[in-house]
Amino acid sequence: MATPGRTAAARTGLLRYWRTLKRFWGSALASQMEYQVNLLIEVVAMAGNLAGSLLLLWLIYGRGQQLGGWSLEEALVVLGIYTLLDGVSSTLLRPNLGAIVTQVQQGTLDFVLLKPIDSQFWLSTRTLSPWGLPEIVTGLALAIGAALRAGARPGVATILGGALMLLSSVVILYSLWFVLATTSIWFVKTWNVTEVLRAALSAGRYPISAFPAGLRTLFTVVLPVAFLTTVPAEAILGRASSHWLLLSVAVAVAALLFSRWFWRLALRDYTSASS
Amino acid sequence: MAIIRAEALSKTYRVADKQPGLAGTLRHFVQRRHRDVAAVKGVSFTIEAGEMVGFLGPNGAGKTTTLKMLSGLIHPSGGSAEVAGYLPQRRQADFLRQITLVMGQKQQLIWDLPPLDSLRVNAAVYGLDDATARRRIAELADMLELGEELTRPVRKLSLGQRMKAELLAALLHQPAVLFLDEPTLGLDINAQARVRAFLADYNRRHGATVLLTSHYLADITALCPRVLLIHEGGLFHDGSLRELSSRLAPCRLVRLELEEPRPAADFVSYGEVEACDGRDVRLLVERERLTEVVARLLATLEVRDLEVSDPPIEELIGRLFRQGAVA
Repeated sequence: MATPGRTAAARTGLLRYWRTLKRFWGSALASQMEYQVNLLIEVVAMAGNLAGSLLLLWLIYGRGQQLGGWSLEEALVVLGIYTLLDGVSSTLLRPNLGAIVTQVQQGTLDFVLLKPIDSQFWLSTRTLSPWGLPEIVTGLALAIGAALRAGARPGVATILGGALMLLSSVVILYSLWFVLATTSIWFVKTWNVTEVLRAALSAGRYPISAFPAGLRTLFTVVLPVAFLTTVPAEAILGRASSHWLLLSVAVAVAALLFSRWFWRLALRDYTSASS
Repeated sequence: MAIIRAEALSKTYRVADKQPGLAGTLRHFVQRRHRDVAAVKGVSFTIEAGEMVGFLGPNGAGKTTTLKMLSGLIHPSGGSAEVAGYLPQRRQADFLRQITLVMGQKQQLIWDLPPLDSLRVNAAVYGLDDATARRRIAELADMLELGEELTRPVRKLSLGQRMKAELLAALLHQPAVLFLDEPTLGLDINAQARVRAFLADYNRRHGATVLLTSHYLADITALCPRVLLIHEGGLFHDGSLRELSSRLAPCRLVRLELEEPRPAADFVSYGEVEACDGRDVRLLVERERLTEVVARLLATLEVRDLEVSDPPIEELIGRLFRQGAVA
């Protein structure tokens, strides 16, 4: 506490970000309320997706097979977490990160860069689509319900560990997506790249051990799909080793730092090359 | 004290040199070729706090590039810029609080929401408390003659109303330096005049420094005692519009209506004969000789009417841009 002025400044700085975030989301909700029919569309889409995945699991397990040594209930935990992540994507990631490409194309990114606020913060939190919330709730309910049926009796540590893993997986997903969206500074049209990301991530519906060894490595090392759903599921089921927990947090922190570094790199090019 | 300083400011872009067609695309893919295009070449000027300066030049002359360098959006490839004591390209928060950039072709207001929502977002970003934000919005809305428009979705506003709301959003943090790139683009005459009046008023009230580009010379003549003319990336003129016009055309236009028709040869001793159509004569006369020539004309000839004017500045500048060469 040697520099009280500085801590006060930091506090008002954080306060300013908090107040900005409230304004961001308040105005986003206000504009979304004009499109209530979106709620119906999102719920129907979610129901369709979920039904398809459930049908597949039912077919596999109905014939007495198993997915990579996971019971049906355990596999449902993974599916629940996938659904939750998909909800987070619909609520926050897609509306914000999808708009970066447009901002680059239309040149309105310039307005963001001239605001006395972190540009990555602005671009990542500017808007919010409430229609993904049902998916978040459904995913969470499915994951918890299935974990309990699978016989998990979580203590405080397990719950905290699970929550931390979920947070890590959201951070990893966000960072990946943000990095891909950032490439639009060079390529301008990047939307199809993020579609590839979505396709690859749909592998996260099922436990990672269900995949052949090659894909398993790919989904762990190159695209960290394993950290998105399987690791949090194991944490919720109370059987994750502390190694994996730590590794997951480390991957999340590294991914976030990388996304910030990558954004600065892109901005350096943008400001030296754009017209 | 100079609030804006540009010293030998330059910007060179690297553009892909690509032949048209599929073959050209493939060749470019295999062997990339680039060409350097100098958008701004060693431009130097200083602007004092509170000045209103017009920035003129044809499309592609480097006006927008210069504004972007001064606001910190792009890095100069040579020379340096200093604005309000800061290096713009660092885009430090304290610097950004002191400047604003308005671009006529781009908008920052959220399309689906009333301007007021975007204004509240800006107020939070700039850390204004509610009372200050309310007071400033009220003051600016009053100056801009904006009322219930602020509570109507932006998409339902006219172009003029939208531009005024854009200005409000850009000025909410009370910047000391305003970079305005074509702020009246596409507006009708009335809306242009209102934006102009507002800018003059704002400059008077807050002592803000304004650097303005516009296609409409009327904006510049009405607002800017000083003009920077950029031509082919270089600074061609720095001074008043009047000086610019005398530099571009060191002559004045004398129109005569005579009682009797006369041949053109009779006028050669007075100045350059631009047109001679019997009784109507148009002469270009050097400024220094004007009074003497007019006196002589009136003494020697039977003149029914005589009119002296400046050749229109639009025409002079247009001629300069078309010629491409600097006189």
